[in-house]
Amino acid sequence: MKRQRKTPLFQRDLVNEALKQSFIKLNPKILFRNPVMFTVEVGTVVMLAVCIWILMGERDQGSLAYNLSIFFILLITVLFANFAEALAEARGKAQADSLRKTREETPAKLLANGTVKTISSSQLTKGNIFICEAGDIIPSDGEIIEGIATIDESAITGESAPVIRESGGDKSSVTGGTKVLSDKIKVVVTTQPGESFLDKMIALVENASRQKTPNEISLTILLSGFTLIFIIVCATLQPFSLYAKTHIPVSAYVSLFVCLIPTTIGGLLSAIGIAGMDRALRANVIAKSGKSVETAGDLDTILLDKTGTITIGNRKATGFYPANGVNESAFIQNCLIASLADETPEGKSIVELANQKGTTIPVDFSKEKITLIKFTAETRSSGINLSDGTRIRKGAFDAIKKIAADAGNSFPKETEDRLKEISSNGGTPLVVSENERIIGVIELQDIIKPGIQERFQRLRKMGVKTVMVTGDNPLTAKYIAEKAGVDDFIAEAKPEDKMIYIRKEQQGGKLVAMMGDGTNDAPALAQADVGVAMNSGTAAAKEAGNMVDLDNDPTKLIEVVEIGKQLLMTRGTLTTFSIANDVAKYFAIVPALFITSIPALQSLNIMNLSNPQTAILSAVIFNAIIIPLLIPLALKGVAYRPIGASKLLRRNLLVYGLGGVAVPFVGIKLIDLIVSLFV
Amino acid sequence: MKSHLIPAILLTICCNIFFSGIYTVAMLGVAQIAPNQGKGEIVTVNGKYYYENIAQKFTDDKYFWSRPSAVDYNAAGSGGSNKGPTNPDYLAQVQARIDTFLAHNPSVKKSEIPAELVTASGSGQDPNLSPQGAFVQVARIATARNISEEKITSLVNESIEKPLLGLFGTTKVNVLKLNIALDNLK
Amino acid sequence: MNTEIIGVISIYVLTLALAYLLGKYIAKVFSGEKTFLDPVLNPLDNLFFRISKIDPLSEMDWKESLVALLTVNIVWFLFGMLVMMNMGWLPLNPDENPSMPADQAFNTVVSFVSNTNLQHYSGETGVSYLGQLILQLFQFISAGAGMAAAAVVFNAMKERTADKLGNFYNYFIKSCTRILLPLSFIVAIILMFNGTPMTFLGKDQVITMQGDTMNVSRGPAAAMVAIKQLGTNGGGFYGANSSVPFENPNYFTNMIENISIDLIPIALVFALGFYLRRKKLAWMIFGVMTAGYLCLLIPTLSLEMGGNPMIAKMGIDQSSGSMEGKEIRFGPAASAFWAITTTVTSNGSVNSMHDSLTPLSGMFPMLGMQINALYGGVGVGFLNFYIFIIIAVFIAGLMVGRTPEFLGKKVEAKEMKIAMIIFLLHPLLILVFTGLASYIIHLHPEYPWLNNPGYHGFSEMLYEYTSSSANNGSGFEGLGDNTPWWNVTCGIVMLIARFLPIIGPVAIAGILAKKKYIPESSGTLRTDTASFGIMVFAVIVILVALSFFTALALGPLAEYLSM
Repeated sequence: MKRQRKTPLFQRDLVNEALKQSFIKLNPKILFRNPVMFTVEVGTVVMLAVCIWILMGERDQGSLAYNLSIFFILLITVLFANFAEALAEARGKAQADSLRKTREETPAKLLANGTVKTISSSQLTKGNIFICEAGDIIPSDGEIIEGIATIDESAITGESAPVIRESGGDKSSVTGGTKVLSDKIKVVVTTQPGESFLDKMIALVENASRQKTPNEISLTILLSGFTLIFIIVCATLQPFSLYAKTHIPVSAYVSLFVCLIPTTIGGLLSAIGIAGMDRALRANVIAKSGKSVETAGDLDTILLDKTGTITIGNRKATGFYPANGVNESAFIQNCLIASLADETPEGKSIVELANQKGTTIPVDFSKEKITLIKFTAETRSSGINLSDGTRIRKGAFDAIKKIAADAGNSFPKETEDRLKEISSNGGTPLVVSENERIIGVIELQDIIKPGIQERFQRLRKMGVKTVMVTGDNPLTAKYIAEKAGVDDFIAEAKPEDKMIYIRKEQQGGKLVAMMGDGTNDAPALAQADVGVAMNSGTAAAKEAGNMVDLDNDPTKLIEVVEIGKQLLMTRGTLTTFSIANDVAKYFAIVPALFITSIPALQSLNIMNLSNPQTAILSAVIFNAIIIPLLIPLALKGVAYRPIGASKLLRRNLLVYGLGGVAVPFVGIKLIDLIVSLFV
Repeated sequence: MKSHLIPAILLTICCNIFFSGIYTVAMLGVAQIAPNQGKGEIVTVNGKYYYENIAQKFTDDKYFWSRPSAVDYNAAGSGGSNKGPTNPDYLAQVQARIDTFLAHNPSVKKSEIPAELVTASGSGQDPNLSPQGAFVQVARIATARNISEEKITSLVNESIEKPLLGLFGTTKVNVLKLNIALDNLK
Repeated sequence: MNTEIIGVISIYVLTLALAYLLGKYIAKVFSGEKTFLDPVLNPLDNLFFRISKIDPLSEMDWKESLVALLTVNIVWFLFGMLVMMNMGWLPLNPDENPSMPADQAFNTVVSFVSNTNLQHYSGETGVSYLGQLILQLFQFISAGAGMAAAAVVFNAMKERTADKLGNFYNYFIKSCTRILLPLSFIVAIILMFNGTPMTFLGKDQVITMQGDTMNVSRGPAAAMVAIKQLGTNGGGFYGANSSVPFENPNYFTNMIENISIDLIPIALVFALGFYLRRKKLAWMIFGVMTAGYLCLLIPTLSLEMGGNPMIAKMGIDQSSGSMEGKEIRFGPAASAFWAITTTVTSNGSVNSMHDSLTPLSGMFPMLGMQINALYGGVGVGFLNFYIFIIIAVFIAGLMVGRTPEFLGKKVEAKEMKIAMIIFLLHPLLILVFTGLASYIIHLHPEYPWLNNPGYHGFSEMLYEYTSSSANNGSGFEGLGDNTPWWNVTCGIVMLIARFLPIIGPVAIAGILAKKKYIPESSGTLRTDTASFGIMVFAVIVILVALSFFTALALGPLAEYLSM
């Protein structure tokens, strides 16, 4: 089972670290990255100056205590925002650290000029070759160039079952920090120290080095625009009030300004972004850039391999169908012995099924008298030549048909019907011949993973089209596609077919994702907008993709899509909430500003706040505490529901838009009731 | 920009000839078959002519008064008072109009005065009054002219202009036409 | 029911019916399809193209379209200045009106070129007939330019990836000759037959019944009044605009003129639907605009028909409504209806004096101009609305968990930047200049600017800049605005507020047009639904309310609450 990676939202050591960081982040150079909070900091400094001014004898700015309170509340507002960001960072870092721990200094057996030298893992550089034996911790990411080994990858994936990795093929990649359980392998280092995927991911959860994603940049522009509007509104209030013959103290301008600018979303924006990366990491997906996670939310099409994703493992034999006039038990026995030389999972399943049916290898069966014909990809058949000269072959329909045809034997009509029937039921038929004469058919069936239909249903509601990629013939593919509920399929797929399909979709303006592990997947992974490589895959595949799935779980794409959507939704809803909040704040502050000169405006004090000072204080306090109150939402993300875009919009508008208008009315009134006890 | 400059200049000349010139001339042509050849609708009485739609200044007690005009009925410089609804000076002015009206129409109760008689029109040339605006002046005119109130009231009733098609807009009387009819009475 | 209420409802219903038909026609004109006027107008258009050396078939990208628009506007501006500053001695000046000084000429020319028609002069005394004819020219071509810009954006919104967006001049000429001209003919003729003058004779002198001498201004008014309404220009022939009996003789002409105000702006929304074959989108836009329009209209109607409470306190019956600045032949309902229609559409003609509206019904026209996208000016109204759509699409897109898309094109940082600049511009111009004016009047209370004291005086300044920035042209006319300060600052505001809000949307649409077209899926946020309409409406209301709340609180709201 997957290791549970849930940490409580406010874990003590993380909170402590975040608190410390909140103060460090007050540095204007750091804060400048966030224009909204930066202006709040400027406001804070202005209030500090006003307090000093009052100490120096200024009389028109209200009491020192009042101005000091405003100053502290603003300071706390900035700290809250910093805290949100720092906490998200700390959580992300903790997550990354736990991965990084697996790759602490370990000894590496460096192979150089034929001799083995033990050095520290940190000294390994790209291109070095090292050796690992049973019991060794693999010192660095790399690719096996010689040997085969069972490896315990639980440190990375949480999966306790050991996996087999071997040189050549698509399972040649090893990850630093995992442990070799048996055998010996020779590995070439594929990454420079500090440049591994994990290092890249760690950078994504540290705000300082994090690159803003495209949507985040656009949103920052929007928020800066709102901030500018309120700079204009507050600055022009000065001459307006001169005309109205009203004196407005500095604290009121600053408070009005800070309340109006979108501090809620401004303060939580980077925390949301970091938390998104963190969520990906928690799903055991290492994203190479924040952009790829965001893109995942926009995906239109995802390509999924049939085997292992839609169906469980490999096909299994499910039935024997002898031709007319052939004895069934003899037929089964022939199937059994013809499969002895077939080591593919399919071949093994034929033996298994035959055994289940009570058929065993004949007693007089001795290896000397027979010749086993191994299964190869070229012949697409296996078989056996018995001592009496009987030749039994089992294999793909067209391969066996050819053998029969070459010998001048016809293909029986009822067998042909049987083939069609099996194919249209989603099965794969294998044909068996005895002395080049067709004697029957074996049915292989795919087992569709339980629950996969619901997941595809969910994707469809999100507007994502699923495409099944399979080597099966179109008839079989169609059957499985329908049964599993995918929208389209690529049958008899060659690696380049994926590429062609992706290009075609992209030309139609769609964003395409795929998952892959083999080297021959690499071009398609690179072409796809989101390419998720399995951690077990080849280095080439991992290099080509923009995410790596540590669990090697082919259905991970679905989670990635939801993480991407959550990320965008959280930003959108909190922006809406933040701006909707302003309505109530206006009603709190504007009447307070003009209480003496334009008493008529008191009718706008619809919350009936006690007095101008408490009204302004309440608004500013509300503005501050809403940030920490929303941290959990920012870190966890707004739950995504696949209910269609329009419904989702209505729902979020209602909750965050209308809620955003209503909540501060209640909140400010409550705070005013409390504050007025003290003032 | 350069490549667009020549077309821009030529285009402006073309447009000028057409939209200032030809369009206007065509309209002038059509105007020749319009009432009074497009020189404004007039009424002719005893060899004198008046512009039917333009309010005249009536201060004499024996005429129906037009609505107050902020530009003193200047038909060569239209305009309203542009006074705000809460302006104290303006409210004082309204009060003065009320007082003047009541002084000239002693039989009228304040609540009977319709709003238009104490407020200035938008153009300063409003030629109309509401029927009530005419009715409240009947008593004064009857006294000044020594004619029975009934006669004048029926005159007002005859000159009431119904809403367009009886459906759209306001009911009104034209002060100028009413006064001409008044002079023709006897 | 009250005939005044029936009157305004009929005006609105008639407008909608005509706008729907006209929208179909405009879509045909923009897409170059055959129309019934082709036999007459094809030769005319071709004459324009031939003389001006324009190839109407050579397509332009968005940048070239903008260059063409700006170049031709510069020529108009220079030409206008030349005439305004010299018309005193030029022909067609029977009343011997003087030439304008530079500051007033600048204001007037910018005002007409920018489709604003803020008039810091009075028609009877401030311009010659030649001047009026040139202003009439600008009323055609500035409206045509706005519609051409909208046509470029329409073209850019098509479902495809494209660079070329049609020929700007072609859209321009066709807007003028095929849309504005035929309608102006009809309206002008209706006006003439109802008593609006159309003559080159100067003032007439008549002796009144009481024996006073009075001068009556005449002139070629009918031709200009028609295009002033249809092109959302609003600049009247006479000083007091459509409240003057000659300019708007009776309730029927009032209906016709009022229909003319928002006919083309509404028709353009329907035209968008026909042109793009996205009728639902057009209905969404129309729905949002109409909802906003009604929110402004209904309270204004009720307030104006309810009269002025201050006068009611004096014991004068207010059942006939608030009559200060209004005409009997229209009544308060048709006046309030006009006030809102003319301000939401950036027309700016008036049939009653807005300065004398009751405080809150003075605020609603201001709100209409501050939004400036509820129907809006010909062409530019839709462009302003486009900016609100982009902002709404962005926030709503995020809310449904996708990178925001509008009509299959991704909205990214560059477009957001332009949209925010354009959105910011309007509050910036209005608030900053009102602030400056407030400051000056605070320093120099003796300046004879304000016709009313207190909050209402503030409203006069706020209204003037709001009207300038919305390219509206109506005013709280009590403001003593023919001074260098007001002429120059309003001129600057009108200039910026005309061209940047055209450049911005055209640029956004042009950039989006070049992007790859993404077909819709069930995860795509559809923009032609009621939900999205509500979103746009909320964005408009919240953004405008937040931007202008303080200013409105100190002006009309304070005046209303102190009443």
